[in-house]
Amino acid sequence: MTVTHEAHQSPGAAPKLTDLFQRGLDAPICLTWELTYACNLSCVHCLSSSGRRDPRELTTDECKAVIDTLQRMQVFYVNIGGGEPTVRPDFWELVDYATAHHVGVKFSTNGVKLDAAAAARLAASDYVDVQISLDGATREVNDAVRGPGAYDTAMRAMGHLRAAGFEGFKLSVVMTRHNIPQLDAFKEIADRFGAQLRITRLRPSGRGADTWDELHPLPSQQRELYDWLVAHGEDVLTGDSFFHLSPYGSALPGLNMCGAGRVVCLIDPVGDVYACPFAIHSEFLAGNVRDRGGFETVWRCSPLFASLREPDTGGACRSCGFYDSCRGGCMAAKFFTGLPLDGPDPECVQGHGSAALASVSGAVPKSSEDHSHRTSPRSSGPVPVTIGRRRPPVHDCDESPLAGFTA
Amino acid sequence: MSTDFDLDRPWQVDPRVSMRPEPFGALLYHFGTRRLSFLKNQRVLAVVRSLGDCPTARAACEAAGVRPAELPAYARALSVLAESNMITERSGL
Repeated sequence: MTVTHEAHQSPGAAPKLTDLFQRGLDAPICLTWELTYACNLSCVHCLSSSGRRDPRELTTDECKAVIDTLQRMQVFYVNIGGGEPTVRPDFWELVDYATAHHVGVKFSTNGVKLDAAAAARLAASDYVDVQISLDGATREVNDAVRGPGAYDTAMRAMGHLRAAGFEGFKLSVVMTRHNIPQLDAFKEIADRFGAQLRITRLRPSGRGADTWDELHPLPSQQRELYDWLVAHGEDVLTGDSFFHLSPYGSALPGLNMCGAGRVVCLIDPVGDVYACPFAIHSEFLAGNVRDRGGFETVWRCSPLFASLREPDTGGACRSCGFYDSCRGGCMAAKFFTGLPLDGPDPECVQGHGSAALASVSGAVPKSSEDHSHRTSPRSSGPVPVTIGRRRPPVHDCDESPLAGFTA
Repeated sequence: MSTDFDLDRPWQVDPRVSMRPEPFGALLYHFGTRRLSFLKNQRVLAVVRSLGDCPTARAACEAAGVRPAELPAYARALSVLAESNMITERSGL
């Protein structure tokens, strides 16, 4: 979410906004809604471990009932994602239903279904915004993470949006150690397509847990990222996801706090409601929209959300002079690296995270859901028959897993 | 921050803004700019709500019980909202 200005009364009379938000709102400001676990890609850092559709996914009618609830609660907009949401056959029907019911839509896509007709349709609406995902400013860096063909797909989609006159759609980038050196190049791409750059933090969630060690920014890059963000101010959106970098200096624009269960949450494709999109784990599961009372009751009455809205004690971070600026960082980043939730973020810029990580012992929690493709990542074209991790044994008696594998 | 907000002009909440009352005041969301803003107390909410029905912003403030000494603070708050296009000048009186 992007927070710009605060209009307030006489100085000093009102409490800090983050303190008010900490106690939770009657309804989320916005929420993330993953419509399907199905995806044409297999990004190595996918936070929802998407790939295959889940047969229990919400039906069209159930989705519409959720939208009715969101309208009643005056949720301003939903961030629709997945999986790849546009592969749902009822995707456009649901977008139209939401906007007709005054629930704005911002959806994330890899661009696979975004042809000229779709772009024209999007350009005509004030109530729909689009985020094209791209994780490398070059084909090499992007496709190493998002899979072969993903760069070209995203570029083609952005070309369609540009041609249709859609001003200010979002180019959405997850920052990794390989693309932080490309920050200026991403900005150039966004400018070239009349888009706005949006960069967000990599989380060790979903398949991101498997690739975290190779992808998360190096300590020196954290500073580079912070300085770049300060230099670009509100020109660049961040989903307020870099508040753990605030102790480097002044706070970054936006709401510098964890909004999980307080001002945001996630509805996953099967209707489960989690505290945040990066925390798909039973520990953060508040309920299901199919439960009696629906989403509204989950948001207002879930014991998990009630506990998240209690005042933060700060835990191990309390004695740190920077606690007020970073608030201990990201809950999901801590959880999926095995750190206690009331201690430092694994990427704490004061270095407290690395010390804490060194003392983590035993297994680290894994996301509860995994819908990854069972085979190699799919390419967008015909599947070459010579590639495959699992092939039938060459001979009935040959059980070596490497038999016949000549690559 | 500019404080040259014209209290004596007619103003309105932009038609593309959705306003949601909250215990502390209100949340505002602009569907055109896709920006979020806040009203931090009930009185500024009352002012903003009545802008469209009052001949001037000053009249809206008076109707909401804003005292003369408080007017500059409210003018500042309204100028912030005007800068982010949450409120716009009405054309013609």
